[in-house]
Amino acid sequence: MKKQITFTLNGHEVSAEVESHRMLIEVLRDTFDLKGTKLGCGQGECGACTVLVDDLNVDSCLYPAFEVEGRSVTTIEGLVGEGNRLHPVQEAFVARGGIQCGFCSPGMIMSATALLQETPSPGDAEIKRGISGNLCRCTGYVQIIESIQEAASRMQEQAD
Amino acid sequence: MTTKFSFIGTDYPRPDAPDKAAGKAVYIHDLVRPGMLFGKIKYSDFAHARIKHIDTSKAERLPGVRAVLTGDNTPLVRYGFIKDNFVFKRDKVRQYRDEVAAVAATDPDTAAEAVDLIEVEYEDLPGVFDPEEALQEGAPLIHETDGRGRPKKDNRVPVPWKFVAGDVEKAKQASAYVAEDRFETQLIQQSCMGTAGCVAEFDLQNNLIIHTKTQIPFLAQNDFNQALAAMGLKGKNSRVIVPTLGGSFGTGLDTHGYEYIAILLAHKTGRPVKIVLEREEEFITLSPRQPTRSHILQGCDKEGKLTFREIRMILDNGAYTSWGATTPSVMMLPISSIYRVPNVFFETEIVYTNNTYCQAMRGYGNPQAAWALECNLDHLAEEAGIDPYELRHRNRNIPNDLTPMGLNITSCGHEECLKTVADRLGWKDKRGKGGGAEDGKARGVGMASLFHVGGSGRVYRSDGSGVIMKLDDFGNVSVIAGGIEMGQGFEASLGLAAAEALGITPDKVKVVTGDTATCPWDVGTHASRGAFTACNAAIMAADKARQKIFQLAAEHFMPRIQFKEKRKQKKDPEYQPADLDYERLLEPGDFDMRENWVFLREDPDHPLLRLRLQEILREAHYKEQGTMVVTEAFYDPCNQMLDMKTCRGNMSAAYIFGTQGAEVEVDTETGKIKVLRFAAAHDVGQVLNRQTIRGQIYGGVMTGIGYALSEEYKTDHGRNLNPNFLDYKILSATDVDFPIDVDCIETHDEEGPFGAKGVGEPGLVPTAPAIANAVYDAIGVRIHSLPITPEKVLAALKGEKV
Repeated sequence: MKKQITFTLNGHEVSAEVESHRMLIEVLRDTFDLKGTKLGCGQGECGACTVLVDDLNVDSCLYPAFEVEGRSVTTIEGLVGEGNRLHPVQEAFVARGGIQCGFCSPGMIMSATALLQETPSPGDAEIKRGISGNLCRCTGYVQIIESIQEAASRMQEQAD
Repeated sequence: MTTKFSFIGTDYPRPDAPDKAAGKAVYIHDLVRPGMLFGKIKYSDFAHARIKHIDTSKAERLPGVRAVLTGDNTPLVRYGFIKDNFVFKRDKVRQYRDEVAAVAATDPDTAAEAVDLIEVEYEDLPGVFDPEEALQEGAPLIHETDGRGRPKKDNRVPVPWKFVAGDVEKAKQASAYVAEDRFETQLIQQSCMGTAGCVAEFDLQNNLIIHTKTQIPFLAQNDFNQALAAMGLKGKNSRVIVPTLGGSFGTGLDTHGYEYIAILLAHKTGRPVKIVLEREEEFITLSPRQPTRSHILQGCDKEGKLTFREIRMILDNGAYTSWGATTPSVMMLPISSIYRVPNVFFETEIVYTNNTYCQAMRGYGNPQAAWALECNLDHLAEEAGIDPYELRHRNRNIPNDLTPMGLNITSCGHEECLKTVADRLGWKDKRGKGGGAEDGKARGVGMASLFHVGGSGRVYRSDGSGVIMKLDDFGNVSVIAGGIEMGQGFEASLGLAAAEALGITPDKVKVVTGDTATCPWDVGTHASRGAFTACNAAIMAADKARQKIFQLAAEHFMPRIQFKEKRKQKKDPEYQPADLDYERLLEPGDFDMRENWVFLREDPDHPLLRLRLQEILREAHYKEQGTMVVTEAFYDPCNQMLDMKTCRGNMSAAYIFGTQGAEVEVDTETGKIKVLRFAAAHDVGQVLNRQTIRGQIYGGVMTGIGYALSEEYKTDHGRNLNPNFLDYKILSATDVDFPIDVDCIETHDEEGPFGAKGVGEPGLVPTAPAIANAVYDAIGVRIHSLPITPEKVLAALKGEKV
């Protein structure tokens, strides 16, 4: 079965004809050519495919594409501002060594963004819980946690 | 702290990070070529079976299918370390993952559907899944013939390793104390977050262009060229292009079946063919790390001086042979040379079974060796009644020492590593005092050390790395290197080294890697060698570039400054030109360059007597009979290949040391182990990039803790039982619930670039034995096999041997 879906993607209204068994990640990567969202496992276990749907972080590999009808989806590309200006969370990951091979980074950054929207000054335990669904094989997480702490303070400064 | 460097040792952010943070880096998964088809592989349903018939007719009829290949309609393409593997199995399958057929189709769904339509008829054969059983008489033969077609009599892989120094039997008799143990390590999977894959295509001259996930583009080029010859395309060339890698951890040291299959499909269809492994497929079909069984004895005299070390090890090779069969050559380094020991015996047996075949993983055999060696060393300390730290300290490695294997230790920070970890853990106060477990929570501390190549490792005839420096007339420098960025920070350290050596700022450097057609030759990014060899090559290339820049400066410096002074006067008639000796004759040796400025050595701070690098480059490009500044260098370290008969030779130009220690809490009711603190002190020679070196050590430690406590690639008669991250447990952020102290000990190696040594692998080498030794300190029982699960702890507490 195919259906026309309409939703907001990184701030723009878009629509696409989608088959019923397609997951959100397929529509993002193949229909809209947004390759920043990564497919790490396809089973919702690694978090590489994390995107925001109405500000909540979800595994786009398990999220049926039909379900985004009328909702707002933000991908890693959507965090980047005009003139390739990185979002404070992205900036903090760059500044503090939160990125190595980078394959988990888009999903990790989306989870961190969701966390900081909900909890602007998270403690260590909250940060670890916030990214517990995002696996990383390179970093051992230490500099990712430091990056999120840095992002929190950068965003606080911007808000003040 | 003052430093003689401008950029080396700083935490300058990685140049590749912004694109990765923005989701703009292009991994193999993201690559699309015009007209691209999607390949999919049909794997064996049996661990050991004769192929009777393959029916591809239904698959061929499926709309969208462009090619179906099997051993029946393709040339025989052999591959692997001893060429015992071949693309598409013809006579029989020897492991579950054996490739029997493949399709190319216009979309991934059609390709998957077509693979399901291929019918293969098998005749099941008895299999053998235990390496010791495989060695017994009458065991099923995995290979009836070897890579050259000669009959095989048994399941031994013909890659024997044996090292003997001194007289172990005599030393054993003379030892005051001897400890004997048997240890095992499990299969584990590298678990790159980005799965493996490639896109293969041919140009109209039948040359191959392959984008692929590899750490060895130039050796892969050789492998693929051999495959082209086998396909009847002798003399044709392969161009290997490496996309952004989603981790690699040793998986890119060999070429793989899926790459050859993509090549065959691309040749057959005349279109680009992409094969990317799905996660479950990667778990099942990508080779994991070798499991080992070790029988170890070590002895010491009354004072605790080591007298001998004897290790016999069996490695389960699986069904085919990768470069992983050479891991014992790296095991041999710590076994012969960590802690000073005069008498050594080490022998391995590598055995074919019907299990999945194994390959390299970060550490390359060293974690398996360290596991046996460092656990047994604690046992010996107990036999001798000596504190394990004290025993290690008495036998520690020292600088400027020649080991029984002929390893020439130059810089060595082993003592400082041991002391640092002991201090971090509060060893004196805690060792031997956390047991008792009145509340059911016993605490203990333990440590273990590592010895590894730190100055590359000559496993091939060449150990070289090429670098080209190309300067443009804006003062930018392309540093074109043959090494590979796979996440470890190669570009970050090379960029800093190039900037430092040349005298420019890092923002002016663009590191270019990953294309055999444009990058200089490099043997590969393995053995913790990437930064060591490439940065040394960059220093050499930078020296040449500076010479050329200073020659140009001698010619153009004063005239250019005079020109600029006149120009200022033209703009502002009031301006008084500086009273300088514009006719002065200058020599190249009069100049220096720092942070993009060329100036006179004798007067580095003169406000007028200096030019931007780009001004000199423009003069060079635009003058009559102009010139350019492009230099190259090939660094091949002063190390030796092993003599295969004696297993002796100075494999590396420098050696790296480290000690790791853990404090753990063991719940004696549940068997659960909680790490309370972890300390990692590594002799790194010199920190090149402080941010990336910390990342390497933290990442190594956490992978090492996974190896110690949770990771196990489980199989039943050769079939993988946990091909997903739910059942195969790599650690998550919530597992980092303890402090990790990372100390970089700087010993400034003479051969290292700015004094640095390799540090890519060591972070995970001694992690598991450090934890096991801490567990022993806590509960007084020793776990002999990895991972150390709660079930094993409980069984050990009941007196069972695990």
